[in-house]
Amino acid sequence: MNNIGPKSQAIAFDDLDRAIVAATQSGLPLVKEPYEAVAHIVGIPASEVMERMQRMLADGIIRRVGVVPNHYALGYKANGMSVWNVPEDQIAELGRRIGALDFVTHCYRRPRHLPEWPYNLFAMVHGKTREEVFEKVQQISDLLDDADQGHEVLFSTKILKKTGLRIRVT
Amino acid sequence: MDGNFVKPERLTPLQADLLNDFQRDFPLCPRPYEKIAEQLGVDEAVVLAHFQQLAEHKYISRIGAVVAPHKAGWSTLAALSVPEDELEEIAEMINACPGVNHNYERSHEFNLWFVVTGVDQRTVETNLDEIEAATGYDVLNLPLVEAYQLDLGFPIKWN
Repeated sequence: MNNIGPKSQAIAFDDLDRAIVAATQSGLPLVKEPYEAVAHIVGIPASEVMERMQRMLADGIIRRVGVVPNHYALGYKANGMSVWNVPEDQIAELGRRIGALDFVTHCYRRPRHLPEWPYNLFAMVHGKTREEVFEKVQQISDLLDDADQGHEVLFSTKILKKTGLRIRVT
Repeated sequence: MDGNFVKPERLTPLQADLLNDFQRDFPLCPRPYEKIAEQLGVDEAVVLAHFQQLAEHKYISRIGAVVAPHKAGWSTLAALSVPEDELEEIAEMINACPGVNHNYERSHEFNLWFVVTGVDQRTVETNLDEIEAATGYDVLNLPLVEAYQLDLGFPIKWN
């Protein structure tokens, strides 16, 4: 797995790319020719929309194009943000191993803010119940072994805003 | 503890395939739903109809591009520690600030967690300053340093 941190080299990305990303991020329409619809919004031919998306995929600007399931609606009601205090000199290797677990959807290194925030590794764990999340967090702890120098799990208790990226049904 | 889990029988096998098998590599061709239909041995109209149903039940948020962080813009994860009785009010103030999304209450002393996005790092930091000014609370600013996971989808397990 590649490192895909923010320190990557500058990649060609122009206003048309930005417009395509904006149009596709909010959802391709459920019509026979969805890229035509995007092309119409952006003002270029559909063939160019597809070419540019292909290029952005190759450059890693777009990670994937596909179905984004609503985990919450599908029953994954327990959304646990696990946060870990891990030695800096091991974090890249351990982060990659945790990121490869199939129940971890996001795994990021973030800065500590001492004294109030000692955690430098974040792994989002989805489960149907809190018990299931705790069980998976224990698996991460076992994997980290001595490198687990403290962790917590923060469950979401209320959604106060979720950007309305809704699929357009036409 | 959780009686609302989607029963597999509420989804057709085709819908389960559509949910799980096209989280990445959604076809980049003029008629993508037709291509999916060919792979699954059904008609394009059937694929479209089932995606419509999945969307209507909100089982899918969207079909679209998932963008890598910090390549086409900037974002940070931010948290605040606020008294419980001010939480809703503070959350509303934060939500009114530019670039804020995914605002959650979480079970921790830092009980308000949200993402702030912008075209570049400077814009995001200006937005954070605005949030501090509006709420009167210090923001814990936790920008991404490195990503270890490609977010290539997530297998939905039915049982």
